[in-house]
Amino acid sequence: MTTPVSTPVLDVQGLAYAYPDGHQALFGVDLHVHRGERVALLGPNGAGKTTLVLHLNGILSPGAGTVRVSGLPVDKANLREVRRRVGVVFQDPDDQLFMGSVRADVGFGPANLGLKGAALESRVMTALDQVGMADFADRPPHHLSFGQRRRVAVATVLAMQPEILVLDEPSSNLDPASRRELADILRSLDVTVLMVTHDLPYALELCARSVVLHDGTIVADGSTHDLLTDDALMRAHRLELPFGFDPRSAPSGAPRP
Amino acid sequence: MGAGHGHRLHYHGHSPLHRCPAHLKILTVLAFTLLVVATPSTWLPAYAGYLLLIAAAIGVSRVPPLYVLRRTVIEVPFLVFALLLPFVATGPTTEFLGLIVSESGLLAAWTLVVKGTLGVLASLTLAATTEPQDLLIGLERLRLPHQLVQIMAFMVRYLDLVTGEMARMKVARESRGFSARNPRHWPVLARTAGALFIRSYERGERVHLAMLSRGYTGRMPR
Repeated sequence: MTTPVSTPVLDVQGLAYAYPDGHQALFGVDLHVHRGERVALLGPNGAGKTTLVLHLNGILSPGAGTVRVSGLPVDKANLREVRRRVGVVFQDPDDQLFMGSVRADVGFGPANLGLKGAALESRVMTALDQVGMADFADRPPHHLSFGQRRRVAVATVLAMQPEILVLDEPSSNLDPASRRELADILRSLDVTVLMVTHDLPYALELCARSVVLHDGTIVADGSTHDLLTDDALMRAHRLELPFGFDPRSAPSGAPRP
Repeated sequence: MGAGHGHRLHYHGHSPLHRCPAHLKILTVLAFTLLVVATPSTWLPAYAGYLLLIAAAIGVSRVPPLYVLRRTVIEVPFLVFALLLPFVATGPTTEFLGLIVSESGLLAAWTLVVKGTLGVLASLTLAATTEPQDLLIGLERLRLPHQLVQIMAFMVRYLDLVTGEMARMKVARESRGFSARNPRHWPVLARTAGALFIRSYERGERVHLAMLSRGYTGRMPR
């Protein structure tokens, strides 16, 4: 990990959370993400990954600990600014795309921030351009293919010009070509990324650094290559590489940290 | 899911009726329906006139008449009720098609059938010539409360998704050898409906989270 010189974009300290039914999902999570980093958040099902993500933009409030976004604490008073700074792309694009047209959907966030008219339109078209979906602005989202909807979902968040993009399982349910296209898009963006994923080759391809969350705590934090080649660590935290994939011989897609 | 399926009530076209602003069409259908309801049920020529009007509208719209007629099956439950009326109503009786039936019941049944059918035909013509999106814009222009229009917009958006889910659950049931043939199978259908309700409810919660994450504070941007 690089030595922090500036305020981290994402600064999570001692975050603990229990759901109202008593189930405790997070037990003191510490996580820092710095500007320009692409970090993969790995961990088995039920590790608390989604719970952590919902804290980053203040949907859930911590039982203990703090979350800061570029120095701004996530609390009720700052919610609007926090939600502009942290763009969450949810797993099912059908949850994220609810308006009648792609244009209206991408415009929903910036319009909530008070943008209007030409400024709104240019913000929308820039975001759609970034994901290569500008030609589909007037289509209803439910007439697009799944891969296209995932890309529009990314655009809905980019339109808010977030400081950090949080992606929940970005490669799930995508065919290999759409998966590669999304990787190209993510690489082309000049934005900090936190990517929750089970797709370990995708993490290796896109993210120089990974953190592993297991049973509500961060159990490993380091270079993705080192984590994926640490067999004991992988076994201990229910992480498995797909059949035939060897990170030692895979070309390194991500630059070294 | 995926690309290329529209809504089942709308018939794509470019007739003058398709191009007419949605709020005018909504007002026309509303006025027409009120007029039909207000017409005394014994004025037969008036009803013939109404029917001609609808036939003319469907002709102008170039929607195949069968397309509209096939969709009137939605009316069947009302027709069944109308059919029962002459037999359950009381009062003076008369003979009709060799059966002894209640006079007032017979009149009520005729009224229900003819007024219902005219209303359904008019609404279906509106639906066939107007995209759901335009219908919503029309309702908004008629100053329907914003919240109501939004609720309808979400319904239009997620209707396909929910019916798709329902269809997949049916396929999954049938793939395991189930088909609903008699009332003994109804509990299974009820549980499916319950599961569908919970799934839709949870989707609603996820959509709400996604909206909050993009700065939604309770008002849709205009």
